[in-house]
Amino acid sequence: MKPIDPQKVQESLSSLINQKLYVHLETTNGAYASHKDESFFSAGAFIRNAQLTFLQGKIKGNGPYRIGLETELGWLYAEGLTDWEIDEQNRLLFAGHDSEGKLAIAFELSTAPFPK
Amino acid sequence: MKQHVLVVFPHPDDEAFGVAGTIMAHTDAGVPVTYVCLTLGEMGRNMGRPLIANRETLPEIRKQELKKACEVLGVTDLRMFGMRDKTVEFTDQEVLINRLLEVINEIEPSLVITFYPGYAVHPDHDATGAAVIQAIKRLPQGERPTLYALAFSKGAEDILGPPDVEISIDKFAERKIKVLEAHESQTAGFVKGMKQRYEEKDEAVVKQLTLERFWTYPIDE
Ligand SMILES: [Zn+2]
Repeated sequence: MKPIDPQKVQESLSSLINQKLYVHLETTNGAYASHKDESFFSAGAFIRNAQLTFLQGKIKGNGPYRIGLETELGWLYAEGLTDWEIDEQNRLLFAGHDSEGKLAIAFELSTAPFPK
Repeated sequence: MKQHVLVVFPHPDDEAFGVAGTIMAHTDAGVPVTYVCLTLGEMGRNMGRPLIANRETLPEIRKQELKKACEVLGVTDLRMFGMRDKTVEFTDQEVLINRLLEVINEIEPSLVITFYPGYAVHPDHDATGAAVIQAIKRLPQGERPTLYALAFSKGAEDILGPPDVEISIDKFAERKIKVLEAHESQTAGFVKGMKQRYEEKDEAVVKQLTLERFWTYPIDE
């Protein structure tokens, strides 16, 4: 992955408007967060291959970045995004890595389902 | 009695931290070791240093790392169950128990090593240990293999008492570092420092690399 270029990301997002997409969205503190620090409240969420179509999508912020999608039926947003790539299968992959390089959030869009 | 060890863990690298020396002590002595690894650690947070993986490429990278680790360990029978990281507790337990039982019936292990359910911190670890125990309990008493369980949650020793099995693996300390190094995407952040502290004979690191401790699980109770 490479650091996010907001202009290029905006172009890529806009090209996916009104298409049936599959989403991977995940936030994580890691399964060991509360083990290492008992006072730490660990929370996270994960969904893979939810289907949606969005009407408009925007990237905002000065880095780390936020991306928000207004979908047909609702909304989706992701924050803390630092890196991105379009992979060889033409999937749009975003991730947020902390100062140690550990993944804290992943947000991915694809026109074909991700492998289960 | 014919010896065969079965190791069951959910994540590639679980075998590196707590049991690598014990595995090598067996494979070096000519005892076959079968390693069932349930997932490919798809949800790992470490993506390499520098970043070498993304969410979609991580599974294949970790699969190759796991194979490399098994080469160092002398494990020739690696079985990847194709489940997904962090979903072991949510999956159909009956299906998992039966898959494990099939392996147990096939290889007839004399010793099984897994996590101690309730004392293994990660939900996948606890769920794996619980499924292995359920599978073994379906064998008649008297035909059940010995079960070594790994516990590392805070306060585990206060409740379980000290581990009754301590295996000295002095001979394998350096190879254990190599097993950790094989899982490069996950361990690159600390393995170099660990190596250095080992060479400086740092007590905690030396202990980690030369002693492995287990609780014999009361499988007949
Ligand atoms: Zn694990």
